[in-house]
Amino acid sequence: MAAGSPPVPSGKTAIPFYRDTRVIAIIAQVVFALAVIALIWFLYSNMINGLRQANLLPTFSFLSVPAGFPIAESVIEYDPSMTYGRAFVVGILNTVRVAGIGIILATLLGLILGIARLSDNWLLRNVALVYVEIVRNVPLLLQLIFWFSLTRLFPRIQESISVFDLIFLHNRGITLAWPQAANDFEAWMQWVYGGIVIGVIFYVVRRIQFARRDRPGVALPYAFLIAFGVGLIGFFVTYAVNGVWPVSLSIPELQRFNFVGGITVTNSFAAMLVGLVIYTAVFIGEIVRSGILAVSKGQREAARALGLTPGQTMRLVILPQALRVIIPPLTSQYLNLTKNSSLAIAIAYPDLFYIANTINNQTGQAVPVILMLMASYLSVSLLTSLFMNWYNRRIQLVER
Amino acid sequence: MRKSVIVILTGLLSLVLAACGGQAQQAPTTAPAQPATTAPEQPTAAPAQPAPTAAPAATAAPAGGTTNQPAAGGQIERILARGTLICGVNNNPLPGFASVDSAGVYRGFDIDFCRAVAAALFDDPNKIDFRPLSAQERFTALQSGEIDVLIRNSTWTLGRDGNLGLDWAPTTFYDGQGMMVRKDSGIETLEDMDGATICVQTGTTTELNLADQFRARGLTFTPVVFQDGDSTRAAYDAGQCDGFTTDKSGLVSSLTLLSNPADHKILDVTMSKEPLGPAVRQGDPQWFDAVRWIVFATFQAEEYGITSQNLNEFLNSDVPEIRRFLGIEGDLAGGIGLPNDFAVRIIRHVGNYKEIYDRNLGPDTPFNLPRGLNALYTEGGLLYSPPFR
Amino acid sequence: MATEVSRPTSRRAPRQQIGLIEWLRKNLFSTWYNVIITVVLLYIVAQTVISFVSWVVTAPGWPAAFTNIKLLLTWTYPVDQLWRPQAAMALVLLLLGLSSGLWGGIARMVAWGAAAISVVIGLAAFTFPDLPDQTSLPGWLFMFLCAVLLAGGDLLARRLGQKLRWPLIVAWLLSYPAVILILRGGLGLPVVETKLWGGLMLTLILAISGIVLSFPLGVLLALGRRSSLPVIRTFCVLYIELIRGVPLVTVLFMGALLLPLFLPGGESIDALVRATIAVTLFSAAYLAENVRGGLQAIPKGQVEAARALGLNVFQTTLLITLPQALRAVVPVLVGQFIALFKDTSLVVIIGLVDLLGAAQNIVGQPQWLGTPGGVWRETFLVIAAIYWVFSFTMSRISKRIEDQIARSRH
Repeated sequence: MAAGSPPVPSGKTAIPFYRDTRVIAIIAQVVFALAVIALIWFLYSNMINGLRQANLLPTFSFLSVPAGFPIAESVIEYDPSMTYGRAFVVGILNTVRVAGIGIILATLLGLILGIARLSDNWLLRNVALVYVEIVRNVPLLLQLIFWFSLTRLFPRIQESISVFDLIFLHNRGITLAWPQAANDFEAWMQWVYGGIVIGVIFYVVRRIQFARRDRPGVALPYAFLIAFGVGLIGFFVTYAVNGVWPVSLSIPELQRFNFVGGITVTNSFAAMLVGLVIYTAVFIGEIVRSGILAVSKGQREAARALGLTPGQTMRLVILPQALRVIIPPLTSQYLNLTKNSSLAIAIAYPDLFYIANTINNQTGQAVPVILMLMASYLSVSLLTSLFMNWYNRRIQLVER
Repeated sequence: MRKSVIVILTGLLSLVLAACGGQAQQAPTTAPAQPATTAPEQPTAAPAQPAPTAAPAATAAPAGGTTNQPAAGGQIERILARGTLICGVNNNPLPGFASVDSAGVYRGFDIDFCRAVAAALFDDPNKIDFRPLSAQERFTALQSGEIDVLIRNSTWTLGRDGNLGLDWAPTTFYDGQGMMVRKDSGIETLEDMDGATICVQTGTTTELNLADQFRARGLTFTPVVFQDGDSTRAAYDAGQCDGFTTDKSGLVSSLTLLSNPADHKILDVTMSKEPLGPAVRQGDPQWFDAVRWIVFATFQAEEYGITSQNLNEFLNSDVPEIRRFLGIEGDLAGGIGLPNDFAVRIIRHVGNYKEIYDRNLGPDTPFNLPRGLNALYTEGGLLYSPPFR
Repeated sequence: MATEVSRPTSRRAPRQQIGLIEWLRKNLFSTWYNVIITVVLLYIVAQTVISFVSWVVTAPGWPAAFTNIKLLLTWTYPVDQLWRPQAAMALVLLLLGLSSGLWGGIARMVAWGAAAISVVIGLAAFTFPDLPDQTSLPGWLFMFLCAVLLAGGDLLARRLGQKLRWPLIVAWLLSYPAVILILRGGLGLPVVETKLWGGLMLTLILAISGIVLSFPLGVLLALGRRSSLPVIRTFCVLYIELIRGVPLVTVLFMGALLLPLFLPGGESIDALVRATIAVTLFSAAYLAENVRGGLQAIPKGQVEAARALGLNVFQTTLLITLPQALRAVVPVLVGQFIALFKDTSLVVIIGLVDLLGAAQNIVGQPQWLGTPGGVWRETFLVIAAIYWVFSFTMSRISKRIEDQIARSRH
């Protein structure tokens, strides 16, 4: 599409050279470029002048200075004595975490929703419709604040709702019992690695076989099964050898203020995830729905005529074809979800935008912080679209 | 409108281009880092660039355009020409310091100091534009010249004074960071709070002090950090945090906004020094002096016992220092760009420090905050004005 | 459906009317898993509806939203100037009514939508408490006025016919500055500074400004992106992709922090203007892509034919391609407007008080501290309903336009 349709004529015969469109085109571009550069220069020099007066010239040196502010949750280790640079990375990872989990869950929910919208069950169809119409016409920020406020209705941590003493619900989030590496964890990990290696070898060998025989076949599920099986055997073998399970369950225990042990999903993260998933799933659902509708009716009828059940028809015939139509718009929904995660600032989830904002407060370095912020979002967006484009190509190839 | 849109449009691009340098095609994602660090050197080096609208900054120091800060007197002249003072205040209601009453009028301790500045300049305490600012935007607003003076319970620190390009006028309120907890939690000291969850507002020194104090004591805590004071308080009120920390003045006024104030108490610890005072942008010493002496005038008036009630009696005083202070004699204030009777204007319209304090925080208010450090030096406090002579 | 084998035993006309039982069997209980789904869903729906309704009836917090309806609609706009937002709205409705009569079709749909929405606002304004010095019309009277203006405009335009065409177009072009003038003041009207604006009024102003102001910029960017001049094309591509790659909050944040630095001297830019600029710049990138979609859909023959007729580049673009492209993308633009309408709630983050911000402030008012559980559920529900009515109406309009375009094409 970049090739360009021709708004500019390529050549005419008897016109004066100063009306030659080629000359005009060059002049126009030069003028445009100069105007842009001049404007940029104007704004830039204003900014630098202003900042110099304030003794606040932009610099990135603050990145190696200890940040000093605490962050509520982090994927990597972080404490206030670490640098601003580290804090920024914490922000990026928190964004990636909520966006990554959100994308997976939103896709699942969206898939269900899209199929439900086309169900032959009147009630299901209309419940799905009501859900879609309610959610997509209300601003996401309002929904996020709503979910976050909702967490306040849970009891205080001292009076948590306990489910079998393994799950605790309270107004600071959800605390879950969580597996924890025990003494023989390392020994068991050897088994796991071994299983993965065997699985990969199996997969590669089968692929080569298929290629040689020029026949399609299923290898991946079996490879997973093998890897999983080896890991499972290893789990029991380690126990048989040492008499101790390689993984123990860390049961949360309420100390004076908070739970110790297990993992706690904070209410901010939970509200963020719920809000993003419920909102994005609506749009994914509509994409899935139109994707399914785009598969010609004959396909479905043919599949049913072959004796496939409705479930099989959906799984084996309709969805694989619908995917082709679904993937490109799905990519932009994934990007939207990632970008929308910047609303976390309203509900105290320390994502990228939130941390960048705090860094800006503490250092006053608005320009570098905004540059870093934009660069980070652009990178995340770019990586997501690269991955999705790769996947899209793969799907298309499988089709042909 | 559209013109400015285009202006900004190019501004955006400038960010990218400034970062990409030559290899523009490289996609904006890889842009940031070093070029911008080296950038600041350029503008003085090359004023020859064909910039049609930009006034060439050929001479050494400041000034990009005509309106840019001249060396002296600029700010005051600009305010007088504009006819109103733009005062940055708290956007979150902080009862006692800055809040909007039901009639839509700003009231509070900080607000009264805004009014004092306006009174000194215009002889009218209402020629003010209040610009409500969040904790995050307040310093940028001052740096960019969007506001003339920031009176928004902002702590004076070396880092801010030096790195943010600001200057602090004398402290109007000596505060310190405190901690509020539930009475039934059994917490008496910070040491009791190991492992607690603590609500704190971001973009403040409070956030940093909290981390420092706990680190120094070898304690751990989980922060819950909000962008605004309202959310922070609400989360604490709902029991999502074990403690709530901010300046003690803020705690006192928050206490009145909790759903059940009697269940909470403020610990008897002070985690930091929080001198709160007006701040101005660096680079205009005269304006800085003016704000500084306006604050001093409220102290001095209390020291002399001059109030808005008895001001007229003092105007007939024979005591030379009082006559000088009230601008009846001499021409002291001219040097800082203020009218000679600026102290009279302040006292008449706003009152002396004690009146300001009592009106907003004193015994007749719900807060009933003891003066403590905020008493005159003669009464064991820290308020001390240099002589007016 | 395919499993349903119709037996030709019935004498009645096939499948004209089906009984209730038949309908239930077909739509709810056709297979064993449908039976399960139906039963489970019925239970969930019943539970949800019952608990929701009983909550609505018993919730103590409704007064929070309804006593503060003035704050929700106009925030701190001076009470003695409240006739001005009403006047602005009346002006727009009159123009809508006239357009509806003149052009029918899409314009009429929009007019109906506006009528529906103003009924909602009017209903809300019914509950306006008596404020001292209030100068606005009471809700019922204003509603009546709106109806008269819409219907009257419609009738008038039908009578005047095409004579009205150019005056009306000019009036539309002037309506945006006129509305701003009415609200802001100047030219004799007392000035109401924008820091007093807020609530639904601000939300609408931001969304409409975003679309209106980004329109020229977006069209230029779209044309630029398809230009054959590499410098211009690169610039447009960079701009569009840069903006589309980052969230709106970062653009707003930039507007709030960097804009004042970019301009010379210490001039302060109004916070609302800054937000408008940011929203406009953001929206332009998306608008450009939408318009580009329309441009791409135009068959090449159109351009070639135009060129063959001797039209130059500008004439071809202005008279041939652009009008067709814009007509094709109207539904998409309405969709973008809905998105923008919802997205303007993000200005809360940079400190403006829009509808959501007003609601948050109301929730924080000290007088509701005693209400158990707070009043946030009721208040947020009310504003969610307001947002919903707007975007739902607009999305219906967009759907209708889409259908109409599709029908006219075949």
